[in-house]
Amino acid sequence: MSGFRLYFSYLSMLFRSQMQYRASFLLLTAGQFFIPFAVFASLYFLFERFGQLQGWSFYEVALIFAVIHLAFSIAECFARGFDMFSSLVVSGDFDRLLVRPRSTIVQVLGSQFEFTRFGRLLQGAIVLAVALINLPIAWNAAKIATLVLMIACGVCIFAGIFVLFATMCFWTVQGLEVANVFTDGGREMAQYPLDIYKRWVTVFFTFVIPFGCVNYLPMLFLLDRADGPAAAYMAMPLAGVLFLVPCVLVWRLGVRHYRSTGS
Amino acid sequence: MIELQGISKSFKVAKRSPGIGQAFKALFAREHTIVHALRDVSFSIGEGEIVGYIGPNGAGKSTSIKVMSGILVPDEGSCRIMGHTPWRDRTEYVRSIGVVFGQRSQLWWDVPVLDSFELLKDIYRIREADYRSNLAMLTETLDLEPILQVPVRQLSLGQRMRCEIAASLLHGPRILFLDEPTIGLDAVSKLAVRKFIRTLNEEKGVTVILTTHDMSDIEALAGRILMIGKGTLLYDGTIEKLRSRFGTERKITVDHEPSEKAPEVPGATLLSWTGERTVLSVDTERNRMADVLSRLTGQIELIDVSVEAKPVDEMIVELYREHRI
Amino acid sequence: MRAYASVWRLRFQLGMQYRTAAFAGIATQLFFGFVFIMVYMAFYANGAKSATIDLPDLITYTWLQQIFLTLIMLWYRDNEIFGLIMSGNIAYELCRPCGIYGFWYAKLLGQRLAGATLRYLPLLPIVLVLPKPYRLGFPPSAASFALFLLALILGLFIVVGVSMLIYISVFWTLSPVGSTLMIAVAGEFFAGMVIPVPLMPGWLQNAVNFLPFRWTADFPFRVYSGHIPVREAAAGVAVQLGWVAILVAFGAWLLSRALRRTVIQGG
Repeated sequence: MSGFRLYFSYLSMLFRSQMQYRASFLLLTAGQFFIPFAVFASLYFLFERFGQLQGWSFYEVALIFAVIHLAFSIAECFARGFDMFSSLVVSGDFDRLLVRPRSTIVQVLGSQFEFTRFGRLLQGAIVLAVALINLPIAWNAAKIATLVLMIACGVCIFAGIFVLFATMCFWTVQGLEVANVFTDGGREMAQYPLDIYKRWVTVFFTFVIPFGCVNYLPMLFLLDRADGPAAAYMAMPLAGVLFLVPCVLVWRLGVRHYRSTGS
Repeated sequence: MIELQGISKSFKVAKRSPGIGQAFKALFAREHTIVHALRDVSFSIGEGEIVGYIGPNGAGKSTSIKVMSGILVPDEGSCRIMGHTPWRDRTEYVRSIGVVFGQRSQLWWDVPVLDSFELLKDIYRIREADYRSNLAMLTETLDLEPILQVPVRQLSLGQRMRCEIAASLLHGPRILFLDEPTIGLDAVSKLAVRKFIRTLNEEKGVTVILTTHDMSDIEALAGRILMIGKGTLLYDGTIEKLRSRFGTERKITVDHEPSEKAPEVPGATLLSWTGERTVLSVDTERNRMADVLSRLTGQIELIDVSVEAKPVDEMIVELYREHRI
Repeated sequence: MRAYASVWRLRFQLGMQYRTAAFAGIATQLFFGFVFIMVYMAFYANGAKSATIDLPDLITYTWLQQIFLTLIMLWYRDNEIFGLIMSGNIAYELCRPCGIYGFWYAKLLGQRLAGATLRYLPLLPIVLVLPKPYRLGFPPSAASFALFLLALILGLFIVVGVSMLIYISVFWTLSPVGSTLMIAVAGEFFAGMVIPVPLMPGWLQNAVNFLPFRWTADFPFRVYSGHIPVREAAAGVAVQLGWVAILVAFGAWLLSRALRRTVIQGG
């Protein structure tokens, strides 16, 4: 619990720091709004031209798009410290974290927070609202809970990837940009329904990095297209939490390695 | 208090060579070399000591500081500090130490110093009352009052170092590790930092371990020197002991009324003579200073005399040379 | 000219050292290429007749985008130049015996070429041997290929010309991050990097034709696949030349104004 309190102390510190550069802060927030906006505009133009995507309508895909972009931007806000972790190792400031009596995870999380990502968050929220207004979904408590779970567990997957690749920095120092394949690439891929891809992509992103479990599969339940027990589809997103667990364990291993080699 | 037994540590370092061809080669294979940063280092430090830890760059100073502060796990050896093994139960142990890395800041760059202190209070879970009293003490002795509300990026180096030291002491540690605390400071700040460290040691009984390249730090603070080179401990003793080993020679500088020729003093070596100033060197083990001075007065009319021992800097250089490091 | 060449070589060597970044880039580009192609294939499955570009041409277009990304993306910053401008250390650059515009232009050109070489050298052989629908096709004729190379190089000159304007704008805005991000997002969209220009709605295509961005990426890539026939391509090259001239002239003029301003202000 006190870990949470400390995290919020870090947040308030970072917020005050970033507010020191107000103009740049506002422009960056706006930029973060327009990056996914351009992508969403393309999505719209493609649907305008082609009408539908293998049986999926524009608003259905918009819902999928919104879920994954919301999850991505929330994860980028919170887990930014892990995303930027290589700089912490290169500068030697990770040593500083080790001489403090707190868990390394809370301290790394607290080392960065991108408030400018609220621009991206806002864009995702707008797309979500547009999709929800236009989709004829009969909402009930189970469906609302599923939608919330989808976003929350999507955050877990992205956070897990950030942690996993931050851990690699202990071995490579420079930081592996391959991470982009799974974060940016995963986001780009998961903004469309998974069944339009070839089988190897679908399998990889369902069973290895479970984007399909927080997005495509529970979406079938929301749209009443699922065949099978509803509970199974509703619980699908929890795979995201399962993904995060081994990532955190690997992190522990990485810290131990760092303390025995000193990089 | 601090007990190191046979600590060894080695690293694997990747080789890097310049040039386009080499860069291409490095794409596929990398060569490694083993560097022995510490070899069988043992020493013990008692409560309330101030120890100067010296050695040339790359000698193993920061590696041993990292081992003692729980950052690094050594390959071999044991280390007990206040009943803890630093690299086990890390979070428990680091509660009772403070670390200042002179070249790196632990303060948040864009916000006032006091905000950083408040956050450290949360990080170390310092009780409100302890925090208040520690902060009051530090603010007074380090003269922080006028700068507590200033963002760190606007502080001078000296002001920042005072804040760094305060930040490392808010939680009332029993041991303070200082890694080059006076690097880049002007004379006034240097003296202020030294004075504070001495007071802290005398009044609070805090054990201080200090690495530096500035021998005047050591002279002003440390009763004891640990010298490390190529990963092994080369010297462990007081400054006085070091002095008696190298320092039997004294330099005598004499200002006098103009003389026709250089004075000739048996038992002293003439270093220079300009007509109005003579510089001699005397080995005090073989000749008495009084004899030399009385012989001098017989030949010239003295105006002013100064006698200096060999500076610590030179003794250290000689010590380095002796050990070929 | 010797000075420019040596700056160029230095940058090239520097770029070569970031090998892990290069490996990562290759993996990323391959992955993105596959994802985009699969998405297009899904759209084309039932709606191919509403498209104005054939699927094989579109696949070629997608791979060329990925392979030459470093040449054409605007989201590529040289923090050294930004630092010079913002810290006022620009004075040192003024002491050099060659014009700043040409000096920076050569530097940026070198950076991009170095980065791009690390990408296309390993990527090209891979995408040329991929299984059938994903494979990068060959140009229809030698003439198309020659024009593609020419158009790509001219496109690079345009990109560097545009990025020079971004750097110069910092003399006024004094904050690089926000404004460069905005320009990069817009520029890459208009270059067809987010949605290929031929798939844009007609009104947007008309607008894009009047901007420099599509001439850096969309144009050379369609020349390669023959989607833009040789004769039309030759005319396009002339347009590119025009853009290079305009951008360089405008940039050099703007920079000299900016410098005069700094000198008067005393840096």
